[in-house]
Amino acid sequence: MRKLLVTGAIALAALATGAVAIAAGTTEPPPQRKWHFQGPFGTYDRAAAQRGYQVYHDVCAACHSLQLLAYRNLMELGLTENQVKDLIKDITVPDLNDDGQPVDRPARLSDRFKKPFPNQAAAAAANNGKAPPDLSVIVKARTDGPNYLHGLLTGYVPYDKLTPEQIKEFAVTKDDNFNKYFPGHKIAMAPPLADDKVAYTDGTKSTLDQQSSDVVEFLAWASEPHMEDRKRTGVRVILFLLALAGFMYAVKRMVWSDKH
Amino acid sequence: MIAWIDHRLPIFSYIEKEYHTFPTPRNFNYFWNFGAIATVMLVLMIATGVVLATNYTPHVLMAFDSVERIDRDVPQGWLIRDLHMNGASFFFIAVYIHIFRGMYYGSYKAPRELLWILGVVIFLLMMATAFMGYVLPWGQMSFWGATVITNLFSAIPVVGDAIVTWLWGGFAVDNPTLNRFFALHYLLPFIIVAVVALHVVALHIHGSNNPTGIDPKGPQDTVPFHPYYTMKDGFGVVVFLIVYAGFVFFAPDYMGHPDNYIPADPLVTPAHIVPEWYFLPFYAILRAIPDKLGGVLAMFGAIAVLFVLPWLDTSRVRSATFRPIYKWFMMLLVVDVVILGFCGANPPEGFWVPLSQLATLYYFFHFLILLPVLGKIERPLPLPPSIADAVLKKKAV
Repeated sequence: MRKLLVTGAIALAALATGAVAIAAGTTEPPPQRKWHFQGPFGTYDRAAAQRGYQVYHDVCAACHSLQLLAYRNLMELGLTENQVKDLIKDITVPDLNDDGQPVDRPARLSDRFKKPFPNQAAAAAANNGKAPPDLSVIVKARTDGPNYLHGLLTGYVPYDKLTPEQIKEFAVTKDDNFNKYFPGHKIAMAPPLADDKVAYTDGTKSTLDQQSSDVVEFLAWASEPHMEDRKRTGVRVILFLLALAGFMYAVKRMVWSDKH
Repeated sequence: MIAWIDHRLPIFSYIEKEYHTFPTPRNFNYFWNFGAIATVMLVLMIATGVVLATNYTPHVLMAFDSVERIDRDVPQGWLIRDLHMNGASFFFIAVYIHIFRGMYYGSYKAPRELLWILGVVIFLLMMATAFMGYVLPWGQMSFWGATVITNLFSAIPVVGDAIVTWLWGGFAVDNPTLNRFFALHYLLPFIIVAVVALHVVALHIHGSNNPTGIDPKGPQDTVPFHPYYTMKDGFGVVVFLIVYAGFVFFAPDYMGHPDNYIPADPLVTPAHIVPEWYFLPFYAILRAIPDKLGGVLAMFGAIAVLFVLPWLDTSRVRSATFRPIYKWFMMLLVVDVVILGFCGANPPEGFWVPLSQLATLYYFFHFLILLPVLGKIERPLPLPPSIADAVLKKKAV
């Protein structure tokens, strides 16, 4: 048993080195908050994620694509087929007609989310030469993703609130956007959210913090729609393996009883 | 029927001889589980890998999305991918513990030198396979990791650049590179299986080493492999799988790098390019030497010394249990490698630079100077007369 512990300690040391690889950067870490999807039994808050879709649709979708998701995926957020059809009834997507000519047709459930720009070059041209990143896996693609995104969306500091030292150190001008949590602080994206920017249909008070945490909930779901399935399966697998280990140990003791 | 087959192709008597009655030292501790655990991980990696390959598209424009499609749209695809992705890490964890056990108990000493060398070959093949596998999702770390590592060959004088172009299949890491890495990533595991087979054949000639490091002297020192060690290995495998499942189901991305969820972009270099955790000690050695060719030589040298380890260690006593000084230096080597791991994970600036140089120096000092000298000057503790004796004495205490 003691040797097992030693083995475990070595494995942990190896894992710790992995953790260090992830913790790098110079800006201050974003504030930590408790997310509904955290922890071994955490699930997505459906209501928040649905509101988050509204935030994405009304604000983010103007510049950011979400190309790995299809409209049908929205049904996994607890919406019915008809509700999703209703959500996308005004969206048209480019396609080819039977004569091979480009047309716009109404979006179907099987369509991927419509991209705001026809291609990367157009996206870059419309955004000072740099295409806004796709948001499909953005929560997984940033260290401490949910907290970082929430920090970023709520962490803008207006020019007149900056200290002279900050202005000097980071060479901020009136036209720059200063963000507390963005590496290097100067970010091309203007503050996207503000109080009452999105008119929630479920009566939730539309504060900046609310919009931001809702859209993070939605994007966390978008990054890993099967997370709940993963955790549920994991609980069963681990319980099974624990029981199996118990049996194995008992049989092992029996087999070895004449040698010990 | 069995007799008919066995008379023509003796697989049944082979299994009987090598996995049932095979006399195995009776005093193994749980460190001896990790050979079996590594074998299970290898089989698991190949099984999940074949399934992933049937759904993966090796093209620079489609690889990233095809991996995400496996995650999102292929039934249970997320499970297969998480098993494979974390399986690589846990395969390395098992093999690192297995290597540590071999070093601590002197399993590489005569007559097991070739067994050890085959093991180092497996380790090298694993590193190549894991590196190429990490390139396949074509994220930022995939692309830049591939760029950094293939560029190492440009340090070779005169022909270096030509070799790099040949490796890439072009003038940059691009679609031909991805295609050949996919082909090789699929091929190498089967070569690993073949070398593992040789490793096992070599093992079964003289049998396993054991915690005392002394040879079994008769039937009182051994037990049949089955059921004694099939049961003990089986239990160890299940315990290992519990930890593995913990990561697969509750922290599948913990050991990965977030940047690899950003699609590869040849025009944007990540702030810090770091390899997977299991390469970090070697990455630290590479960067510890301020000269490119020197760094590459040191990194490959760090593995090359393992090949000659059986001849560097001059002590005739195998197990560290009876080597009062070596025991502590072995632990110090583990600490040193962990320090190298931290050095590899952090940007090469500030105190990390001298620390990684010091740790690199100590790594080579251990193998090239300490081991040959220590074998001559150390006075080992008295060895027990037999394994059975050691076991019984331990029980009396």
